[in-house]
Amino acid sequence: MTPDSAGLYRTVRLIRRFEERSIEFVRSGEIVGGIHPYIGQEAIAAGVCAALAPTDQITSTHRGHGHVLAKGADPSRMLAELMGRSTGLNSGRGGSMHAADFSVGVLGANAIVGAAGSIATGAAWAARRQGRDTVVATFFGDGAMNEGMLLEAFNLASLWNAPVVFVCENNGYATTMPVAGAVAGSIPARARAFGMPAFTIDGQDPELVLAAASTAVRRARSGGGPTFLECLTYRFDAHHTFEHRVRLNYRSDDELADGRSRDPLEIQGARLASSVVAAIDAEVEAVLDKAAAFALESPHPSVEGALDYLYAMRLP
Amino acid sequence: MKLSYLKALNRALGDELAADERVFLMGEDIRVAASNLTAGLHARFGDDRVLDTPLSEQAFTNFATGAALAGLRPVIEFQIPSLLFLVFEQIANQAHKFSLMTGGQCRVPVTYVVPGSGSRTGWAGQHSDHPYSLFAHVGVKTVVPATPADAYGLLVSAIRDDDPVVVFAPAAALGVRDDLDFASLAPVPLGVGRVARAGSDVTVVALGHLVHEAVAVAEELAGQVSVEVFDPRTVYPFDWNGLGASLAKTRRLVVIDDSNRSCGFAGEVIAGAVERFRLDAPPRRITRPDGAVLPFALALDRVVQPSRQDLLSVLLEVVA
Repeated sequence: MTPDSAGLYRTVRLIRRFEERSIEFVRSGEIVGGIHPYIGQEAIAAGVCAALAPTDQITSTHRGHGHVLAKGADPSRMLAELMGRSTGLNSGRGGSMHAADFSVGVLGANAIVGAAGSIATGAAWAARRQGRDTVVATFFGDGAMNEGMLLEAFNLASLWNAPVVFVCENNGYATTMPVAGAVAGSIPARARAFGMPAFTIDGQDPELVLAAASTAVRRARSGGGPTFLECLTYRFDAHHTFEHRVRLNYRSDDELADGRSRDPLEIQGARLASSVVAAIDAEVEAVLDKAAAFALESPHPSVEGALDYLYAMRLP
Repeated sequence: MKLSYLKALNRALGDELAADERVFLMGEDIRVAASNLTAGLHARFGDDRVLDTPLSEQAFTNFATGAALAGLRPVIEFQIPSLLFLVFEQIANQAHKFSLMTGGQCRVPVTYVVPGSGSRTGWAGQHSDHPYSLFAHVGVKTVVPATPADAYGLLVSAIRDDDPVVVFAPAAALGVRDDLDFASLAPVPLGVGRVARAGSDVTVVALGHLVHEAVAVAEELAGQVSVEVFDPRTVYPFDWNGLGASLAKTRRLVVIDDSNRSCGFAGEVIAGAVERFRLDAPPRRITRPDGAVLPFALALDRVVQPSRQDLLSVLLEVVA
């Protein structure tokens, strides 16, 4: 147990319950379009974001709720965003795949696989040039390791010593494509080829993720350049909630049971006294009750404003 | 003194780098200024402000978006227009969408400059497109200056604009020279066209180098047909008020457009004009052929592009 143990558990629990409740809201129709559940992968967001300072920044993916919540976004406004309400983080203009909260350093979830790594690199480089000591962590899945744009970003970040932490969440599948059928060679070796240190860690254990991320963040902040972390994890739920309806069959029951046997919630919970766990669980539930009420009571955006915010400087 | 269009673009970059610390340039071979656009700027502003990039167009275009999110104002040079096909996702789907998707939490003030769009004669299929219509279609602010003064003024406005702006400098316009002194150079607002030559019988809408072609044809027809040449300067947003004022006089419209026909700029101007204004004759357009790819051989390259002769004969038909 470390001083951060309870905090890490709280973040994992918050993400888990936020997602479980969101899936219910997808089923009841309050969330339109569905979500990409992060359930099973929460240790990575919790550990990496715990290693960052409040002024540090992240970029996220289409499976981004965990990252956004772990970085400190308000769960009420996050849930309102998923429901397309005007009180949402993005005023209902972004939804699940684009949730952003610049006030806590979330530069946005990005729905194009591999796109955000280069955005994070540019943001990190620019902050350094302006004399700020900001570090930017960028999350992506194993599928993104085959996107040329991300590999180009590794090169730029390493070449220009950008304070970036590349966090690969290797959950074994790019939608339904198993990693063994998609990635030739080794994932960390690809990163090492660009001259950055790369480590493979257990992505189910929040404390191991925190330790590895802290080293990477210190290195970036002290001018050492980027680090690559491959976090081995497992997605307990579907690629997308739509999968429940189409009943895709690409993982065996044995494999699912095996994956679910290493649950970050249990791994971290086991480090705490049961009374501490119970107290955190109750507190998280209260936060999410409040979030659900807030989101459901929030107004829908007025349709006259459908194209508000399109241009920062209006057209003549 | 005589100021060339390319020198005016160079001057705009230098002035904006000097005026605003947040502005920086990035692109391939820009320190030695392979295209001449950035000549002298690395020596003047150094490594931090004039950044040579590896051949990684997709990553450095998104890198610019990230730098813009962090408070800088990047300007990217693309030496050939076809590179915009490679980074269309990064401009149209990332930079352009951030402002709305985040509910106004951020701005993406990136400028993309292409000094040499369209045919450069002999550069063939993959170096000769003129893809401004693509950006206008998705709603990215898109600029095609015709004169040195506009090249300066529109590029300055693009850099100062808080949204992404693509600036197409046609290869055939880069050498245009005008008698100007530097003191007369000033920002030109985006979205405001100009009458390049006044006339009363027919309005020709032309962009970039074709403005000069249209003015030449208008002079050739002087005494026979009174041709007004309207240069919208920006493809998107388009100056419908300016075109309306011109058509109120002439009530006849011809558009000359050095890009492909289907879903193109010329079709859009004609559709917008017939929706808004009364015309006395069916409008006409002169474009590259549908789905054209520029062939290499000189005569073939030329025949695919709109010509003075095409414009002249269409004008005579429209006023007949």
